[in-house]
Amino acid sequence: MSASSPVVECADILEAAVAERRAISRLTEKFPDLTLEQGYEIQALLAGRRISRGASPVGAKLGLTSRAKQVQMKCTEPVYGRLFSDNFHPGNEPFEVASLIHPRVEPEIVFVMKHRLAGPGVSAADVIAATESVCCGLEIIDSRYDDFSFTAADVAADNTSEAKVVMGPKMVDPAGLDLGLIGLLLEVDGEQVATASGAATMGHPAEAVAMLANFLGARGEAIEAGWTIFSGGLTAAVPLAVGSPVTATFGHLGSVTVRGI
Amino acid sequence: MLSPDQHSAAALALWEADQTKQSIAPLTESYPDIDVVDAYEIQLINIRKKLEAGALIRGHKVGLSAKAMQNMLGVHEPDYGHLLDDMFVDEGSTIPMSRFCQPRAEIEVAFVLGRQLQGPGVTVADVVRATDYVLPSIEIVDSRVTDWKIKIQDTVADNASSAALVLGGRPTKLTDVDPALIGANLRKNGEIVETGCSGAVLGNPVIAVAWLANKVARFGVTLEPGHVIMPGSCTRMVPIAAGDHIRADFDGLGHVAVRFA
Repeated sequence: MSASSPVVECADILEAAVAERRAISRLTEKFPDLTLEQGYEIQALLAGRRISRGASPVGAKLGLTSRAKQVQMKCTEPVYGRLFSDNFHPGNEPFEVASLIHPRVEPEIVFVMKHRLAGPGVSAADVIAATESVCCGLEIIDSRYDDFSFTAADVAADNTSEAKVVMGPKMVDPAGLDLGLIGLLLEVDGEQVATASGAATMGHPAEAVAMLANFLGARGEAIEAGWTIFSGGLTAAVPLAVGSPVTATFGHLGSVTVRGI
Repeated sequence: MLSPDQHSAAALALWEADQTKQSIAPLTESYPDIDVVDAYEIQLINIRKKLEAGALIRGHKVGLSAKAMQNMLGVHEPDYGHLLDDMFVDEGSTIPMSRFCQPRAEIEVAFVLGRQLQGPGVTVADVVRATDYVLPSIEIVDSRVTDWKIKIQDTVADNASSAALVLGGRPTKLTDVDPALIGANLRKNGEIVETGCSGAVLGNPVIAVAWLANKVARFGVTLEPGHVIMPGSCTRMVPIAAGDHIRADFDGLGHVAVRFA
């Protein structure tokens, strides 16, 4: 990191936005030359600070993997973020909407890993072989940027809009399933708002996780045994509002609900 | 409400558009007073004419069964059309584009009835009991109205914008699947261009079949053993051009494909 690098300043700006629960202009407005690589450096710096305060890294997540999300966010490059022990919200607990800036929810297929996966060269078959089980999940995202307006560099720095994740209660062995054909119905307040299949994320969720392992491998990191991987939103994200529960029902994997209060 | 002469004239305009593949202006522009009852009468005039020429009724289709489509056309219920024997195309075959004006592909879970369904009062339980099996299918929809500028009356009069259908010859018992949660992928020339789920149809295609049985009962029509029911699409429809290969994959049902020339 050179002396003129904006990485530390950007990390401080984002950390303050999280602490003050306040949306900010995107970093690339102040630093137009910010690269995706620097975005990941900011993410790593913030992760290190968080670990030093006691959080444990327990997983990873992919963002902008579906065409629906890429169209919604006007951003065509998949990005990854980190999941910590304090990101997990219990499935049956209501969620306090005001604890975040402008939360949205997206349905995902979740992998719980049995074995370590380190790229390069990780394939979808390697991912399935290394997976303990899959379940359904909802990710509550919350961009630190005004109106969720960002570039890939901004969103990488912001740990891909991380906030909370909720896992469904049913753990399933992926061996007999075609995860690319898992059906999904998304409902808000009992009204269907979107449908998709598992193929919405990179053609197959295991392909998305393989890409993640290869991304991490290129940075000397890996998907560790025991980690939980959120493989990317299958639909556009929907706002999480008080009194309008969001429910995702999946073929084979059961359902999961977030109820905002 | 239109006069009988207007019904005949409107039916003839659609008939000629179908014969020449020259689309026409919306009936809702040519006949601003047209209502949905008029539209079904116009549809029936052309169906009767085809039956007199030797065509056979082999089933029905439900249209506008997706919430998004209903919202787009400002309606709160689906519509239906007739499936005639000359609309069935073999899977794996090549269909000449000269059969269509402006075709689009939809992918559906086709129901084949083993018993009669006579409304009113047909329930979801009756549909499950009457269904012999389900098949993977592609419906080719088309509009005889220029640029698909349709209102509900336009599509109803135009036999619910139907044109052709392709059934995959692999039957599955309805009781072996969750009919609301069948993931479905639409591939165009090998690329997955849409993903969806069978529950996109009124929450469950079984509901669409029950709706159809009760709706046609008002016209004295019964759904017969051996009839094919197309309940509506799992995904958004996709435009088709000459040379396109369209394939549908369904969780647990297998696949079906067809080519256009």
